[in-house]
Amino acid sequence: MTMLRLEGVTANYGHLRALEEMSLSLDEGEILAVLGANGAGKSTLLSLISGELKPSNGKVFFNEVDITHLDPYRRVRQGIALVPEGRHLFASLTVEENLLVGGSTRRAGSWSLDAVYELFPFIKERRRSRGGQLSGGEQQAVAIGRALMSNPALLLLDEVSLGLAPVIVRDLYVGLRAVANEGTTLLVVEQDLTEALGVANQVLCLLDGRVVLTGSPQTLSQSQMMNAYFGDGERARTPGDR
Amino acid sequence: MSVLEAPARTAATVNRYSRISLGALWSGVAVAALLVVAPAFIGESSINQLTQFFSFLILAIGWNVLAGYGGMVSIGQQAYLGVASYAVLYLSLHGVLSWWAAPIAIAFCGVLSIPISYLAFRLRGSFFAIGTWVIAEVCLLVVAQIESLGGGAGASLNDLNRFSPHTAGDVTYWVGLAIVIASLVSVALLLRSRVGLALMSIRDDELAAEATGVNVTRIKRIAYVLSATICAGAGVLLILSNLEVQPNSSFSVQYSAFMIFMVLVGGMGTFEGPIIGAIVFYALQQWLAANGAWYLIILGAVAIAVTLWLPRGVWGTVDPHNRRSLVPLRHRVTVASHLESEE
Repeated sequence: MTMLRLEGVTANYGHLRALEEMSLSLDEGEILAVLGANGAGKSTLLSLISGELKPSNGKVFFNEVDITHLDPYRRVRQGIALVPEGRHLFASLTVEENLLVGGSTRRAGSWSLDAVYELFPFIKERRRSRGGQLSGGEQQAVAIGRALMSNPALLLLDEVSLGLAPVIVRDLYVGLRAVANEGTTLLVVEQDLTEALGVANQVLCLLDGRVVLTGSPQTLSQSQMMNAYFGDGERARTPGDR
Repeated sequence: MSVLEAPARTAATVNRYSRISLGALWSGVAVAALLVVAPAFIGESSINQLTQFFSFLILAIGWNVLAGYGGMVSIGQQAYLGVASYAVLYLSLHGVLSWWAAPIAIAFCGVLSIPISYLAFRLRGSFFAIGTWVIAEVCLLVVAQIESLGGGAGASLNDLNRFSPHTAGDVTYWVGLAIVIASLVSVALLLRSRVGLALMSIRDDELAAEATGVNVTRIKRIAYVLSATICAGAGVLLILSNLEVQPNSSFSVQYSAFMIFMVLVGGMGTFEGPIIGAIVFYALQQWLAANGAWYLIILGAVAIAVTLWLPRGVWGTVDPHNRRSLVPLRHRVTVASHLESEE
């Protein structure tokens, strides 16, 4: 069944059009990787789904309920959790307190402190440390754990790998694969294709605020995705672009 | 094998008490008990001085809730101080004994702060600070217009004159002590709750808090109302001990300067900070009061020195990681068995 549906969503930042007439449908249990270069509209898409940004046009549905005008914290309670770009941990709170804030929605589900520590054992020993004292990788793990504590049905991940060593990124994606295996729907925004494509079963490429390519990572070729990413092929076909 | 199976069996228990905090709790109870019986042992002037000290302590506690834990720097909490003083005056003029008027005045300010919060929360950061000051000034202008409350010249609180100064001083002292204890307990309870954790998360990162499911506006409003209620307690105590009010002094922004001073010196966002800050402030005031303008100059110099060399305040420097907190406020979660062994 369709979990998330965007219908002709347009979003602007002032005069800048960040997303244009975007439609998207995500089924329960799917793992969608959203790819695209800087400024393609990936983070805007996540902001629209998490509720931080309201579209100037179009509608957002979650479990077939119109949530276009719902506040972000209410969306978390409905089951949409965001791992924001740049982690945004609560710097003065300990790892454990960060996780407890995530659990404050009291949504029913199986995630708990123990479950998060089991998923990312390396943050267990840092649980008394403050968010601001952690390394980038630890922060990212706590940020993911904090989102999981709200027992999300849909987990949005913005640039999980940004600025992290490949070995840590691999650890994090091992964890995310386990989360996905539990049936959580994932929407992963990445610039780094390798890990995202390894976990995803759907791919969507954004370019200049538009969807230029969709498909499954198995059927799409490397060059198709490269073209969509950098815009060569698709742009040439857009009338009046050159 | 599911990663989610195991945790369902083991439960985490939230345990906030350490040996130090239990000791501090009992010491606190002992100090409170001593303070309750103090009027039997110490003289009238010392009791009156303690009452004055309580009013500053209450202000520091109230401001710390808002700015230290909530990250909302207000320079207009004197609005509630003044309104509470005047509410006591109003009630006493209408036949309510001033001591009984105290809780009513405090509750009134708590209720009043709810509509005001809708106004103030339209602003953020430094604009919020200025906005709260403007609100306090508006309260001042409105109160100064009410002739029955003495207008701009102020008025005296006369209904306690029928008691001996000694009795009046003692009862007011107990009222003050009760407000101090109630303020400390309510702040401790707030911080121990989910609301307190959410409040600190908002202070750290408001956007992330909202994205984590925190109802940011509601939590901020709770802190604002609690802070207003506590600051109202100080206003009540000031009129009960001074037995007079004057709008320009009750609504003076100087009180905000004092609150900021005490909390910065003691340690912002710590439970112990306002207590230490109030002691330092009151000691300086007693010591320097005779020196006129030098008093304020030295106060300013101390504030600058603390900001430069002890940016976390006295308590924040003693306990930089808040590990030895005397009051069991942090959420010390103990996860069952396999994690316990690491403790």
